[in-house]
Amino acid sequence: MLQSFLQNILNALQWGSFYSLIALGYCLVYGVLLLINFAHGDIFMVGAYLAFFVSMVLLGKYGAISGLPGWMVLSLAVPLTMILTAVVGVTLERIAYRPLRRKGVNRLYVVITALMCGLILENGNLALLGASRKSFPTLIPIQVYDFYGVTVTNLKLMVIGVAILSFLLLHFIVTRTKIGMAMRAISYDRFAVPLMGIPADTVIVFTFVLGSGFAGLAGLFFAMTYPVIDPYMGALIGWKAFIAAVVGGIGSIAGAFAGGFLLGFVEIMVVAFFPSTYRDLIAFSILLLILSIRPTGLFGVARRTKI
Amino acid sequence: MKRSWLIALFCVLGLAAPALAADTIKLGFNIPLTGDIPDVGESSKNAAEMLKKKVNDAGGLKVGDKSYKVEFIYEDNESKAESALSATRKLITQDNVLGMVGPQSSKQAVPAAEAANELKTPMMAPWSTNPNTTKGRPFVFRGCFLDTFQGPTAAKFATEEFKAKKAAVLYDIASDYPKGLAEDFKAAFEKINGPGSVVAFETFTTKDVDFSAQLTNIAKSGAEVLFVPQYYNEVPLIVQQAKSLGFNKPVLGSDSWGSGDLMGLCGDTCKGFFFVTHYAAAGAKGATKEFIDAYTTQYKKTPDDVAALTWDSANLMLAAIQSMGALSGDMAKDREGLMKAMAGIKKFEGITGDMSYPATGDHDPIKCAVVVKIDDAGKFAFYKSVCP
Repeated sequence: MLQSFLQNILNALQWGSFYSLIALGYCLVYGVLLLINFAHGDIFMVGAYLAFFVSMVLLGKYGAISGLPGWMVLSLAVPLTMILTAVVGVTLERIAYRPLRRKGVNRLYVVITALMCGLILENGNLALLGASRKSFPTLIPIQVYDFYGVTVTNLKLMVIGVAILSFLLLHFIVTRTKIGMAMRAISYDRFAVPLMGIPADTVIVFTFVLGSGFAGLAGLFFAMTYPVIDPYMGALIGWKAFIAAVVGGIGSIAGAFAGGFLLGFVEIMVVAFFPSTYRDLIAFSILLLILSIRPTGLFGVARRTKI
Repeated sequence: MKRSWLIALFCVLGLAAPALAADTIKLGFNIPLTGDIPDVGESSKNAAEMLKKKVNDAGGLKVGDKSYKVEFIYEDNESKAESALSATRKLITQDNVLGMVGPQSSKQAVPAAEAANELKTPMMAPWSTNPNTTKGRPFVFRGCFLDTFQGPTAAKFATEEFKAKKAAVLYDIASDYPKGLAEDFKAAFEKINGPGSVVAFETFTTKDVDFSAQLTNIAKSGAEVLFVPQYYNEVPLIVQQAKSLGFNKPVLGSDSWGSGDLMGLCGDTCKGFFFVTHYAAAGAKGATKEFIDAYTTQYKKTPDDVAALTWDSANLMLAAIQSMGALSGDMAKDREGLMKAMAGIKKFEGITGDMSYPATGDHDPIKCAVVVKIDDAGKFAFYKSVCP
């Protein structure tokens, strides 16, 4: 019983790590622009595909270069995937969101645009690569460690470590650096910031670089953990990560991180002790309860509207 | 003067059009070309195209003393129940097909069969093993064995081969096929090994990718074999996660393993496991081998069970059309006639084995199942044949 419980805690930490990594991206963009970037789940999907192609090229599967050993492929795939996914995220910002922002339209239109961008990414991928699933190559041999009946793999530990490091890094950037201060400033007052000589567009692009980069990182590790990737993989997990970010208190880095793990825990524990059909029912009832008690989320702070 | 020419032209065209249409026989294919299991749709289409070419190259299908060209219309059901329904209605009411082949998975076949039966159009489900597809539906026929046969076969095999006294099942509760099969397996296994011998009966929902909580329960339950009646896209994830959670017992699968790109997605992890299916490509003889060779040359891959069953099902429908003697051109009458002709076929020699249909009741064939072992080269090798 105790073993099962500890095992499920490990399972939940791994599953929650993915929600957290994706929720961080939602949270960054929302924190700065107050824009719910609904394309984020699909950027995560694009990240997984980019990771797939990067790994295949580096493994020498396409014949472009002679194959590298797995651990070297992984250490190169992490920065490459993050950079390439960031390019996709910034491209979306440039061609879809920025023109709308320039025209000063209502935020609702930008949110709808984000939804459409997500669908375009999904179906564009479907048209380009077809509906067949891709099998993600094994980069590092999976080792199973057994501690008194509780098993953990090297990959699982790596995923959890990556999620925690990402959170610490983002938290540092947002709270301790100049550009982080600029991000918070834009979030506070988007119109006053350019008057102070802060290049708002640069800061917004940087936000998208961070958000999409970490979505790419999540995509890479997700594909390593669940090595069957398809064009629709980002939709559902994206939605759920968004809800996790809201429950955590959207706009707060710590909130998104905690919200992701909370959702992961609830989902795994419900499945472990109840029939799996109750999972979403119980999970979202709990989240709804949390929101009704704390409408701003666990870590959110109510912001007064300026008069 | 000019106008009368035009009128004459229209008259000729008007007369010619139905005459042309009458020379072709249209069959509809309701298959998943996109969605969760696109490889299943591709296999079905490949087999159908091959059959169409074979029939048309031989001068068409001879019905009585008249030869007809066959035309196959492929409608994508996106592997969704609602799309399968609309595809059925479109094929029957807009495309005016004489009969329909498909859908493949029971999730789509059960609702589509209801629609086809209501619209009084013969439907042939090549791959759907759920009993509800044909139950009480005179217009619906099946090309494969039933879950009520497959489940007990798997349970018997697990008991005999692995000497298992305790079994675990992991299945998708939101999909008709795995759910039905999981329940049939459980009932049969508990009948052999006593109540409570299925020690873990765990579920998940379509599109889930993380099964760690369920597999933790299964690994701790002491089960000696895990039965996974799932599709090729979920099996690799389940098998790999089971291994990483310390479950090293054999995994047994169902006929859904054999279709699609299981080995491409699963790699070495699935080697050494068994599954129950309709036919084994490795070591085939006679007409089955001819089909496999022709398919392999044309599409550069071994046909899976969906391809073979689609071939058999479409062939059976064409054979029934031939046995009708003549087509009247009245769609409702011809559909009724085709249904009667199909019901008249009592025994059909297919490439997936002999099918014999009962004289009364639902149109479910009695045929043998094959247990396949995934060998070290990743090939599906024939292991054992189990007949009812």
